[in-house]
Formats: sequence, C-alpha cells, structure tokens
Amino acid sequence: MSEKIINVDYIARVEGQGAINIDINKNGKIENLQFKIFEPPRFFESFLIGRRYDELMELTSRICGICPVAHQITALRAVENAMNIQVSDQTRQLRKLIAISAHIQSNVLSMFFLSLPDLMGYESLIAMTKEHIDIVKMGLSLKKLGNDITQIIGGRSVHPVTMIVGGFSSIPNKNKFEEIFKKLLDAKKDAFDTYKLFSNLKIPDFSRKCEHIAISKPKQYAINEGRFISTSGLNIDEINYRNHIYEKQKPYSTALYSYIKKRDSFMVGPLPRVNLNWKQMSYDARNAVITSVVKFPNFNPFVSHLARSIELIHDIDECIDIIRGLSYKEEKPSNIVCKSGFGAAITEAPRGSLYHSYTFDNNGIVKKADIVPPTAHNAYNVEKDMTNFVQKIIDSPMDEISLKCEMLIRAYDPCISCSSH
Amino acid sequence: MKNKPKIGIFKFTGCAGCQMEIFRMEDEFLDLIKLFDITYWKMAKRNNNEEGWDIALVEGGISTPWEINEIKFIRGKSKFLVAFGDCAISGCIPSIRNWIPQMVSEDIVYEDSSKICSIKLNGIGEYVKVDDELKGCPPDKDNIIELLKSALLEIKPRLRSHPVCVECKLLDNKCLITSEKKACMGPVISAGCGAICPTLNRECEGCFGPMSNPNAAALANIFRSIGLSEKEVKLKFRKYAGMDSEFCLEAGD
Repeated sequence: MSEKIINVDYIARVEGQGAINIDINKNGKIENLQFKIFEPPRFFESFLIGRRYDELMELTSRICGICPVAHQITALRAVENAMNIQVSDQTRQLRKLIAISAHIQSNVLSMFFLSLPDLMGYESLIAMTKEHIDIVKMGLSLKKLGNDITQIIGGRSVHPVTMIVGGFSSIPNKNKFEEIFKKLLDAKKDAFDTYKLFSNLKIPDFSRKCEHIAISKPKQYAINEGRFISTSGLNIDEINYRNHIYEKQKPYSTALYSYIKKRDSFMVGPLPRVNLNWKQMSYDARNAVITSVVKFPNFNPFVSHLARSIELIHDIDECIDIIRGLSYKEEKPSNIVCKSGFGAAITEAPRGSLYHSYTFDNNGIVKKADIVPPTAHNAYNVEKDMTNFVQKIIDSPMDEISLKCEMLIRAYDPCISCSSH
Repeated sequence: MKNKPKIGIFKFTGCAGCQMEIFRMEDEFLDLIKLFDITYWKMAKRNNNEEGWDIALVEGGISTPWEINEIKFIRGKSKFLVAFGDCAISGCIPSIRNWIPQMVSEDIVYEDSSKICSIKLNGIGEYVKVDDELKGCPPDKDNIIELLKSALLEIKPRLRSHPVCVECKLLDNKCLITSEKKACMGPVISAGCGAICPTLNRECEGCFGPMSNPNAAALANIFRSIGLSEKEVKLKFRKYAGMDSEFCLEAGD
C-alpha cells in the first residue's frame, strides 16, 4: 500500500466554508485527520458587548441564514431567564410553531438539496430534474410549506422580525392559517413518501457508539425548552451548561470544538433527538420509528437523514395540533424591568442543540456573551467518526474515500458559518 | 437560441441568508434553472466550474487576506458582478466589530489568536468594481428575480431607492415616529422589503441599508428629540450599514 493524501479543499453542498485533510501512511494507518473549518470568524461574542438586551434577537439572528429562528428564540429566552420575565402560553405556542416551521424548511433543504444527490448518484438536485422531477417538486413544495409558516408568524422566512423580548410585536391573524392548514394536511403524504424514499436508499454501513445529547421534556418532543440530557446519563438544567461542556481551539480551525468535561466528544442533531425523545413524538412518527428498516437508538451518523424524515412527519403533525389550538388573541408583550444578571438558554436548532448565555448590567447592556452553535458541538465528533470510518474503507479508491467523507459531513448537515460565528 | 447566461453564486464572510433567499424561490426554482446555467454554487453543487460567469452573485463581506485574492479572481472572470446583500455591500451587522480593536476581539473569542488572520470587515466594493447591488439582510427574493429578469432582457432593473416611508404610506401604516415616538429608521432606509417591520408594529431597524441621498443627521436629531441618548443614536446607525459613507458620521468613531 502506498501513502495517500485525501484533500477536499472546499466541501460542497454544506453551508459555509470547510475542508477535509487526511494523511494515510504506507501501512494504511491514518496519521493526520482534520475537519478544517476555515470560515472567517465574525467575532459576535466581542461586538455584542455594549449592545442592548432588546437587540440580541435581531443581531444573533445574523449568525445564521438557515437557522435564524433558533438563534432568535435562544437569545430571547436567555434574556428572559436573566431578567426573570415570564411569557404567555400563546407566546410559547407561537414560538414553538415558528421553530418547527424552521425545522421543516432546514431539514428538507438538508435532505433534498444537500444529501439526496449523493445517495442517488448525482452532483446536485439541479442535475436530478431531468430524471426525478417528481422528487425535486416534492422537496420544493415541502420546503415552501415550512418557509410559508415562518413567514406568516415572523413576517419573512429568513431573519423574521416579530419575535421580541416578552412576546410578539404582532399576532398573526387566524385567516392567514386557513390555506396553510389545508396544505399541512396534504403534506402528510409527502412526508411519508420522503420517509419511504430515505428508508430505501442505501447508506454506508457504519456505526460508532458515542454520547448523543439533546434537550428533552417528559410529555413533549422538546424544541425550545427542556433539560439537557444524553445517552450516557448527562441530565442538567441549561443554567449549568458551562459546568459540563467545554471547548478547545484547534490550530487549523476557526470554530471551537466542544467536549464533555472529563469525557469525550458528543453528537447533537436529529439522530440524537430521535434516539432520546422518540417516545414524545406524534403517533405516526412513533410508528415510523417502530417499523423502521433500522433499529433505534441508532449510532450510524448516516441514519440522520432518516431521522430528519421521521421528524418531518412529527413536525407536520405538531403544526396541525398547534394551529388547531391557537387562540389568536391580541396581547401585549410581558412587562420588562431591566436588571443585571446572567441568563442562559438551550434550544434545538434544526441541526442540534444551540446554547446562548449573556451577562447584563442593570441597564440591560451586554457585559459578556457566550454562544455555542450545533456545528461547534459536533465538529470534534465529526473528526472522531471520520477517523473510524476512513479506517474501515481505507482500501477503497481515493475518489470514493473523498466522496464518502464528504457524505459523512453532510449527514451532520453542518452550518459552518454558525460554528465560527 | 442564445446560450443560457452563466451564473456563479459565491459566499464570503456572512451567514448564507442571501443564498437562502435563492433557495426560497421554491415556485420559481425550475424556471430559474431552465433560463440560467448555474455553473458555480458550492452550497448546492458538487461539480463547479470556474471558467467565467455572465452574472456573479457575491454574498458576504471581505475579512481575510485570502478573500481579497478570491474576490479579485471572481471579478476578473465575471461580466456583471452583484454585491448580493448587506454584507457584500458594506459588511452588515458583523461590521460592528470594526469599532473594536482587532486584537481585543480575537482575545475575547480565542485562547490562541496567533492562528487567526482576520482583517477589518469591508464590503466587496472596497476591493473590486461592483456593477450593481441587491440591498437587504436578506435581499427580498422579488428583487433578485427583478434583477435576473432584467439581465435576460438586457434592461436596467427597477430596484427601489426611495425610503421605507413610501412603502408605509402605500400600505396606510401609521407613522411610528410621530404617533408612538419610536425610533424608526424608515426615513433614511432603502425600500424593497415592503415595510415589513412597521406593518407588524415594529420600528424599521434598517436592514436594507441607506436609501439614495438620506438625511441621516436630521433623523439622528429627531431620535434625540424623542429621548434617545447619544450612545443609543450611535447603536441605531452602527448596525446594518455603519461602514457606509452615508451613515458613518452618525455611527461615530
């Protein structure tokens, strides 16, 4: 065997700018493996200092164009936790609905635009239009469904505007949901078809037991609030996050790599969520888990695609339930009394757990900010997975190893701009 | 029939939200790929070619030395180069850090800043000639479609440069400055969003950047008269377009 160097200098079909470098020596052993994030950092934690508490939702939204809703809700909840502000049930439900709509949009983007072309042997979804126009149209229509709901509640789908500290600037009118409600009922069929599609596609045979983490609630499929729990016994409140989760800098990367204190790297995202919380999903989604072609809990990162399709079924069911139960009553946001203090929040962004915390002075001015996006949580685990995975396929041709490594990264659906915020 | 125009879509320092507006064209997407040949789009394609483009849509600002080389390379190969969104125009929200010494920012975020090679964040126009701008954070997809359609017809796109106030008037919105004493940026901000925020009971924060010929000083005075402190006025202008020559005085030094 001769020496091999795998080098992908700009990974395609992911958000942001990342690369893969792997050196394999002539004995077939990996000498060096890097998931290298070269996205230019934007120093949010520096320039947020000195800004006002009520700007954080709008400013941190710009960390990410795919998951702005998750950053907005996490920032708002961290502010509300710091200032002890309670929000109404309607606010909670609307926030949940907009968060789920963002999950639909993002998960569909990941499944159809970013990963499906690999699994079906194409370079892009655009290249699939000739032979698989129905699949392309199904992806577009599901994605539009998510975006349209975000727009109804938030005013627009990318960087929506209505969520504010304590509530909403404007409550959407009931009539606006009428048409979308019918579309949701129809979309169930597309969600099942998506689940079948991903059940039948061949994924690499690979598994690596690692700690999976997500927020969790006893009676709901957690998305905006819950305890931070893992498959290895972690069970903490969001305020204690920093006692358990640490970060380290790698010289080749602008993102910081997370690990659990005294333990190891870990995974966040749709697969950990389904593994930990599938019993809180809707009836049809639970059924999809039980009758699935693979067993859950599952530790093959490539099963993340199937987990996204199961979440899609659940998400549509939950949107229908929430829209049915909404009261659409006009209400003012909760009263705010600025005070100094510390607040933290964890939510589930589409690609995994997202942490924000802030320290304020008594005028509500930020003194310190700490933000850990899902891809920063996952980056170290991606490298560990890739090391094991490449060792397994080491005799394959170079091109194939490259493609498979890219596919592994796309299974995580990284949001690289987020990670090096 | 003529060859389809070639489009390249590129990302620099930013959040990918502008590209998400292209993905947001769910209804128009099949037409888009029928009428144009997208030959470079890393976020959507594995096979990308760098032979040259009729239209380059560039998202993100420039904040590393290698980005300066890249943007010059793209400029050299593009007939019509568009600054796609606020980051590409003047840095947008991440440009707030330009008022903080670079070493201070690096030390807040990184243990070892010797590995970080960031420079001041600028719009792409600082380094290359820009043929047109799509304003907004993010640009509205209708404006993107207007620009692309005009390119096909070889006419000038009708992109609005009047203030958000015009859109409020057309929608019969009450004025948030005069009726509620809210610090709305609308009078100096370019239209194109459809006055989303004032319509939803929020003051305009300025995410479409300065309109043509804004009177920023007069609006800053109005803000002072409704009770904003000097510092708060600065925060208002030092947000989406603090680096822009139209706002830099009010954004402060």
